[in-house]
Amino acid sequence: MNIVVCIKQVPDTETQIKIASDNKSIVTDDIKWVMNPYDEFGVEEALRLKEKFGGEVTVVGLGPKRVTESLRTALAMGADKAVLITDDALEGSDSLAVAKALAAAIKDLEYDLIFTGQRGVDDDMGVAGASLAELLGIPHVALAVKVEVAEDGKSVKVHRPVEGQTLVIESGLPVLITAQKGLNEPRYASLPGIMKAKKKPLDEKSLSDLGLDSAQFGQEGRKVKVLELTPPPERAAGKIVEGETPQEKAAELARLLHEEAKVI
Amino acid sequence: MDFALTDEQKMFKEQVIRFATKEIKPRCQEHDLKGEFDFESFRKLGEFGILGLHFPEHLGGSDADVMTCVVAGEALGEAGLDGGLTLAYGAHTFLCADTIFAHGTQAQQEKYIPDLASGEKIGCMGLTEPGAGSDVASISTRAEKRGDRYVLNGSKMFITNGPIADVAVVYAKTDRDQKHAGISAFIVEKGTPGFSAGKPLNKMGVRSSHTSELIFEDCEIPAENLLGQEGAGFLMAMRTVEWDRSTLMAPFVGGMTYVLRRCVRYALERHQFGRPIAEFQAIKHKLAEIKIFIEAARSLVYRIAWCKDQGRPLNHLEAAVAKLFIGDWSLGPANDAVTLHGGYGYCHEYEVERNFRDSRLAPIGGGTSEITKKIISKLI
Ligand SMILES: Cc1cc2nc3c(=O)[nH]c(=O)nc-3n(C[C@H](O)[C@H](O)[C@H](O)COP(=O)(O)OP(=O)(O)OC[C@H]3O[C@@H](n4cnc5c(N)ncnc54)[C@H](O)[C@@H]3O)c2cc1C
Repeated sequence: MNIVVCIKQVPDTETQIKIASDNKSIVTDDIKWVMNPYDEFGVEEALRLKEKFGGEVTVVGLGPKRVTESLRTALAMGADKAVLITDDALEGSDSLAVAKALAAAIKDLEYDLIFTGQRGVDDDMGVAGASLAELLGIPHVALAVKVEVAEDGKSVKVHRPVEGQTLVIESGLPVLITAQKGLNEPRYASLPGIMKAKKKPLDEKSLSDLGLDSAQFGQEGRKVKVLELTPPPERAAGKIVEGETPQEKAAELARLLHEEAKVI
Repeated sequence: MDFALTDEQKMFKEQVIRFATKEIKPRCQEHDLKGEFDFESFRKLGEFGILGLHFPEHLGGSDADVMTCVVAGEALGEAGLDGGLTLAYGAHTFLCADTIFAHGTQAQQEKYIPDLASGEKIGCMGLTEPGAGSDVASISTRAEKRGDRYVLNGSKMFITNGPIADVAVVYAKTDRDQKHAGISAFIVEKGTPGFSAGKPLNKMGVRSSHTSELIFEDCEIPAENLLGQEGAGFLMAMRTVEWDRSTLMAPFVGGMTYVLRRCVRYALERHQFGRPIAEFQAIKHKLAEIKIFIEAARSLVYRIAWCKDQGRPLNHLEAAVAKLFIGDWSLGPANDAVTLHGGYGYCHEYEVERNFRDSRLAPIGGGTSEITKKIISKLI
């Protein structure tokens, strides 16, 4: 079973995000970049399936050179090969353009399954996975929390939570599945894994290597534009409910919830 | 000289920090306060490969160099693990397992190292005695050869992991008339008749590590449990002490980085006199001094690791300097970290008081500062 996992690099969720002076983007100077957490679930699932069925796991990333680090992390976890699509012209591309570049890099690989995260934790668009499936002409099953590949390796059942229930969807292969929290607990890379990753192949491809026209990418090629990025509103200070007795405090709390917060 | 970590070391450090932060850190405070050893975390350290990092793969290790061990130890500290757990790891891996690895026969290595590397078994090392601490050559535990066995009599004191260890490396006199040259090292297994451990001592710091007495009463062990040659024990202990002063210190240096991060955050958030306390020069100076300590301490610890990786087997002077600096000079910054937090610093929640308690061991364990200075002065 050959599996492709797409990897996006995003700011660490612990990073304090600052909005840049253009009010449309973030300051990237002091950011710690990590693998998108949802993509990590994809890597882990792919590795588990490989352990069961054999085959190869290829990770595909897109972005500046620093993305290599996240690809190496996936290799250290146990993936076999990596492809980095990197090209100055990609800077500022929207999700559809990203999906186009990914499709061009993936279409000639052998794959039975493709995993992407259900969304990137940076822009929260949630479009790349579905678009990629569409461009490759394969089915797409979103928000997987459980993936069961049939023993004969020909079909897959995917579980997705829907409003407290579970929807089980079956698909033939190849299929693209987007990973959701709860799918698994990603492993940590061990030292031997990290040392082995050093020697695993990592191919770099530019847009022209993939036969793509750079005019369709970057800011110019965007079909959707970011107008504004605003910080969350400042939180008002908390309030301590005063009172001599628990009864008094409860009455005061009820009054505040009713009159000030207007929630009851 | 290249001070940069390799890409692989950097990635490993990240992974160790992530692992320790998520899997172990949430359990530390409870174990510290109760003075209980955290078996589950210890096993997790084994599963992750930390306990056997520098052993060869066929013995369950990862073939890491000393520098990588130091980086891993530092990462455990940076993740905010308590000094008790990291001391338990250090005593287990470097004082016990490494002594067996470095001086044991192939049969001894194969018998003990894999289980110690995985954490399946816990190790300890017994050198100090109730009546012999700094004056190592005066230990009085005896090992008498009788046929194909040695019979041990005596006791050890302050032994980290003593009450929970499955495997003990024990130093005893095979020749009572000699000083250093009369000391030999043995492997003693838990359950051997005549071998017992005392109750865990109630300590100021490193509370989640168990420390106790070890007691030997006509404890018979097979002669094959001798490590290396008779009389070579003191040199082995000296080699071990060098690990003690590098890899065991690394979590401590990392711990100060963790503490500094907490201090910076607190200084920015805490307001007095209408502004963050970080704006007061006295507070800024404390932060600067903690940072200076970390940078200097890290360089000294890295340097020993570097020397060892260059194939210099013994680096007494470098090790003693690092030990002394970290032991004595950390007390000021550890104290400042508490002060900077005001009354909150005196409470468990902010962890700086735990770091303060844990730090107090550094000028005592593995050779006191007075003894370390004695060594340095002799070597210069
Ligand atoms: C938490 C903890 C864990 C430990 N773990 C282990 C372990 O796993 N294995 C192990 O073998 N040991 C262990 N030790 C023991 C430790 O190494 C000793 O406590 C240390 O070496 C000091 O010995 P001592 O306590 O007998 O003090 P002493 O040697 O009695 O010293 C008392 C004081 O006298 C000073 N002094 C002694 N001689 C001189 C001199 N010549 N000149 C000037 N001053 C001198 C000392 O510096 C000290 O201030 C541990 C100790 C602690 C507290």
